[in-house]
Amino acid sequence: MTRIRIDNLTKYYGDTLVLDAVDLAVGEHEVVCLIGASGSGKSTLLRCVNKLVPFDHGTIELDGVSIDDERFRNSNELYKRIGIVFQAYNLFPHLNVLQNITLAPRKVHGTPRQESEERAHELLTLFGMEQFAKSYPEQLSGGQQQRVAIVRALANNPDVLMLDEVTAALDPELIGGVLKIIRELKEQGMTMIIVTHEMGFARDVADRVCFLEGGRILEEGPPSQLFAHPENPRTRQFLQRIIEAGRL
Amino acid sequence: MSSGPRAPAPPARRTVSIREKYVPFLISFASVAVVIALVARLVTQAEHWPRIKLQFFNLDAIVAAFPTVLRGFGINMSVWAIALVAIAIWALVLAIFRSLSGPLLAPLKVFAILYIDLVRGIPSLLLVLLFGFGIPALQIPGLPRSSLFWGSVAMVLGYSAYAAEVYRSGMEAVHDGQRAAAKALGLSQWQTLRHAIVPQAVRNVLPALLNLAVALQKDVALLSVIGVRDAVREAQIYTARTFNYSSLIAAAFLFLIATIPMARLTDYVAKKDQERRLQRTV
Ligand SMILES: Nc1ncnc2c1ncn2[C@@H]1O[C@H](COP(=O)(O)OP(=O)(O)OP(=O)(O)O)[C@@H](O)[C@H]1O
Ligand SMILES: [Mg+2]
Repeated sequence: MTRIRIDNLTKYYGDTLVLDAVDLAVGEHEVVCLIGASGSGKSTLLRCVNKLVPFDHGTIELDGVSIDDERFRNSNELYKRIGIVFQAYNLFPHLNVLQNITLAPRKVHGTPRQESEERAHELLTLFGMEQFAKSYPEQLSGGQQQRVAIVRALANNPDVLMLDEVTAALDPELIGGVLKIIRELKEQGMTMIIVTHEMGFARDVADRVCFLEGGRILEEGPPSQLFAHPENPRTRQFLQRIIEAGRL
Repeated sequence: MSSGPRAPAPPARRTVSIREKYVPFLISFASVAVVIALVARLVTQAEHWPRIKLQFFNLDAIVAAFPTVLRGFGINMSVWAIALVAIAIWALVLAIFRSLSGPLLAPLKVFAILYIDLVRGIPSLLLVLLFGFGIPALQIPGLPRSSLFWGSVAMVLGYSAYAAEVYRSGMEAVHDGQRAAAKALGLSQWQTLRHAIVPQAVRNVLPALLNLAVALQKDVALLSVIGVRDAVREAQIYTARTFNYSSLIAAAFLFLIATIPMARLTDYVAKKDQERRLQRTV
């Protein structure tokens, strides 16, 4: 079953074409990784999917229903079902870690305080962040803030999780922990779209990898194929640069 | 290399001798005292000083006028405290109206913009006169007739326009990413304001709001023109009766006692705020 279907998605910022007729279907339980150079439109694609930015042409469907449908228009249903973690963590600075995580479950889903806090503690423990439950974002390192942001998105129990370069700020020994959690999420049926510059991570977790350039998906395929035998010369060039930078 | 060189111990705390601690303070204190003494001497030796003293700093007159002036000052302080709460709330409502988006909510936004523009363009004194004299004169049954009430309403309505603009600047200073994050978590427009934007905005503008509070503390005296017997009014009454201005000095003294601590508090809050901002810019 197709969870998310993107057809002919086109987006301009002013006169700049940022997404150029993108087609992408993400099936249930599928993990799709988006790779590509800086500025290729990866973050913008994610932002279009959960309506944080408007787009100019094309359609995006969640479970066969357009995200512009009446059902999603005047409710937060879409945001409940698609979670996103941003490149910049965007935690609420006036709330502590626990409050950041439980805000949406309590206010949006109406989960009782105790239940949402138990779930938050559970997730924080998984991410090795339990001791920071009462800390404020400004007291945390960037990597720690990113982990809290992931926990915050997971606490909403979304059907689809979109992660925008979430491992970029993590210590090497913690990336393994995140991978493990993402695999567990996948086993639980989580559909994920992951933007990453970590090719090892993409190869490890993705069912499918899409290479973006200039707002187009130039090549897509299973990681074994795309990383080992890229067909498009641009993909090859990009991977070559990554290898030279020692990130594959 | 099993264990690297040990880190040096943290620096010992610098001990400050009593002398180092207090001498600068004493010097500044002494220099201020000297200047004041010089000015006082200059003033008291002036030709007209005895008359000035009799008219303005007459201790007997101050003592005689003090109880009624103090009672009047009680009114100033009560109006101030109540108005402060009303302004804090009404101004926030206006600022939120102004920040709303969406066609359905447009009337509220337009109302807030018009309100703020209109009210800010009218002198507070005029508002006080209009409300304090005008509305009681209508004698509408069911409405309060007290000029104290309507004068206070005028102060609240007037100051709220300024405070709303202060709140608005605070709300605009909250980073866009915060809105995006709140929206992505499913918070409604109202919940985003309530839980993400407004708390940060209030924290951002607290010093500016406190400055407005200090100004209001003095401006409550405008109610004296519509016959409210506040400190200024009582002092004027005394002056009119005795042709001595010392009661006004007594009133001025009371205002200073109230405003100076507020000003210091504002400084303190502003300093804390600045430290917080510095810490966050890494
Ligand atoms: N708010 C905006 N206004 C105008 N242009 C924008 C805006 N946001 C992004 N862009 C432009 O859109 C293009 C794609 O940006 P996007 O953030 O999607 O890239 P990205 O692939 O996520 O890059 P990175 O790997 O650096 O995060 C860039 O050229 C960028 O300059
Ligand atoms: Mg990006």
